[in-house]
Amino acid sequence: MKIHEYQGKQLFRTYGVPVLRGEAVTTAADAERVARELGSPVVVVKSQIHAGGRGKGTVYADAAATVKVLDGGVKVVRSPADARAIADKLLGNFLKTIQTGDSAKQVKTLYIEDGCQIAKELYVSILLDRTAAAPVLIVSSEGGMDIEEVAHRAPEKILQTHFDPQQGIGAYQARRLGYEIGLTPPQVANFVKAVQALGRTFLATDADMLEVNPLVVTAGDEVVALDCKMSFDDNALFRHPEIAAFLDANEEDAAELEAKSHDMAFVKLTGNIGCMVNGAGLAMATMDAIALYGASEGAFPANFLDVGGGATAEKVTTAFKIILKDAAVEAILVNIFGGIMKCDTIATGVLTAVRDVGLDRPLVVRLEGTNVAQGKKLIADSGLPVIAADGLKDGCMKAAQAANAYRIGRGLPPHPALPTPPAIAYIPRRRPALAKARSQAGPAKAAKPAKTHKPAKRATAPARRARSATRPASGKAKRPGKRR
Amino acid sequence: MAVLVNKKTRLICQGITGKVGTFHSNGAITYGTTFVGGVTPGKGGQTWVAEKGGTYPVWNTVAEAVKQGGASASMIFVPPPGAADAILEAIDAGVPLIVAITEGIPARDMYAVKSRLAQSNSRLVGPNCPGVITPDECKIGIMPGYIHKRGTTGIVSRSGTLTYEAVFQSTAAGLGQSTCIGIGGDPIKGTDFIDALRLFQDDPETEQIIMIGEIGGDSEERACAFIKTSVTKPVVGFIAGSRAPKGKRMGHAGAIVSGNTGTAEAKFAAMRSAGVFIAESPATLGDTLLIAAGKR
Repeated sequence: MKIHEYQGKQLFRTYGVPVLRGEAVTTAADAERVARELGSPVVVVKSQIHAGGRGKGTVYADAAATVKVLDGGVKVVRSPADARAIADKLLGNFLKTIQTGDSAKQVKTLYIEDGCQIAKELYVSILLDRTAAAPVLIVSSEGGMDIEEVAHRAPEKILQTHFDPQQGIGAYQARRLGYEIGLTPPQVANFVKAVQALGRTFLATDADMLEVNPLVVTAGDEVVALDCKMSFDDNALFRHPEIAAFLDANEEDAAELEAKSHDMAFVKLTGNIGCMVNGAGLAMATMDAIALYGASEGAFPANFLDVGGGATAEKVTTAFKIILKDAAVEAILVNIFGGIMKCDTIATGVLTAVRDVGLDRPLVVRLEGTNVAQGKKLIADSGLPVIAADGLKDGCMKAAQAANAYRIGRGLPPHPALPTPPAIAYIPRRRPALAKARSQAGPAKAAKPAKTHKPAKRATAPARRARSATRPASGKAKRPGKRR
Repeated sequence: MAVLVNKKTRLICQGITGKVGTFHSNGAITYGTTFVGGVTPGKGGQTWVAEKGGTYPVWNTVAEAVKQGGASASMIFVPPPGAADAILEAIDAGVPLIVAITEGIPARDMYAVKSRLAQSNSRLVGPNCPGVITPDECKIGIMPGYIHKRGTTGIVSRSGTLTYEAVFQSTAAGLGQSTCIGIGGDPIKGTDFIDALRLFQDDPETEQIIMIGEIGGDSEERACAFIKTSVTKPVVGFIAGSRAPKGKRMGHAGAIVSGNTGTAEAKFAAMRSAGVFIAESPATLGDTLLIAAGKR
């Protein structure tokens, strides 16, 4: 779950990360009031949306980003009256940045923050390193710019260190990085305090990402978090009701929230084939397959939807309703592997849902697994216009064709073919020889399968590879083909 | 032979008196797994009655289950808030194989589990996984037992239902399975691809391997580097999530492309360079497997 900058700064205050004075407002009058209360010669008005690049973004009067209002969603102002004038131009309008995608996001809240004298801009983030199973602190002297760009241009300017999740960030760790990015001793002392507090914030709130860009060093050597971007481990929200309450429905996709409230995972995509699948992996693979096998009919997945293990009539009904809300959907593909819940039970659920919902778009059902014949028979005998598919490929193609037929039936032209996605299937012509001498597993063990199961008439590639592996390099490597 | 589990595996269930724990304990018993009882704190001393008859002890602690029941494996159905604690308890009691089915364990809780695992002799499979099965011998988890057939394919996967597809097709292809290991969809997990590949490589019964990955992280890339140096058996691979938008979590906690890391493209490229036979979709896993096995 993501939160706004002003919410993150509330957390920063709680855990002792230095931030400037500021307050969130939702009206231009309040913007003026807060600017006056701050009483500084320079105040910053910052649009609150869940996307980075706000300062360099563009403000539009409409969500489609056609009528431009002004450049920049973060503005420096020099009087309370200016704060009000700028707030008027931002609130209710739509901000588009490099991270918002095609559509702009509506600005409903502004953060009015004190200004400060910046001597240096740094970058700090904390992420979860899944391989090391530990959090990692990332620091750079190149703050205030796109970090991906820095990583590309000057990777040596990005420093990182893992830290112990029980102990937090060690002072010595922050100190070393502080000196390495060229801070002076008094700056380092403040940097250590700020970075350790960021570590505490990250751990205590079960964050999965925390980014401060920039973390600034002021003219007085203070170290202050000017920005804050955070997201949290959804699995840990049960123990942080105060963070769960930060959820801004305005920033989330309504269909995704609705699916979540029914224990289903949904992600909106751009295509015309709605899909409903059990299991996240199979749901992703189904999306991929629609794009692959439906390209000639111009088909693309409209969503990712995992209904979870028990595809009951109730769940399927809810899922259909969510999918059908998307006007771009021209056909639905249901792809369910019947395991614990058998295919006939699933078919009954799907048919019940179809009757309940009164489906107005074509439906293709692919069932596989236990009792698949009974399941297909139930669908065939139902008298409902449900198209049964044989296998995943057939299902994708039938859904893509049904979508075009649906368009034609409504007097629309069929979709033109999309470019065929790059080929995925790969059959190695010759298995590459092992890159190094075997070290992980004993050669004796490895030799067994090759001996027992390969009465090979012709040397298949796997057999060649298996055999070459039975000769561990001794001394100088001998190449199998070149022995005397 | 197979790997990880067999007829001698003595299974307990942590969370046996819950609805899901009861259901899948029955599933394990019906399949023929050697089941010795369960653990639910506060319900020790009760007996748990299996659907097909037979009573099993319920213990308060895993330590008792090991001492009195000789447990050598535990499957965990404890809800997320207490699941990491349940895994730690099993590690502490010296259970050699711990299979955590629970979905939704906070990542921070898994830090502690991982560091404790590193200092122990226990192996963790999962969390957020379907479990482990050696056909005809031992079923630990939520997979439908009857789609499996004993054979020569080792299957390792981050996704449950995609594992079932692979099982179904390898059964239909007549090759069957030696052992199937669902390593789970979480970012921090016990057993990873490399561990499973090493087990299958060293198992005489396993002749070919199916490896199913998905977007997020780099464990498929690291596994492919391992295949290059250490796996001589043919590997069939697939990665789910080519069409997933960046920055969106696709159901599984671990399935997210962040920046330029974790893309399906990079994982497929790693597979090609490691000489993995790649299926273009789950629909062609069976055919690709037959080609890899030299049967077509």
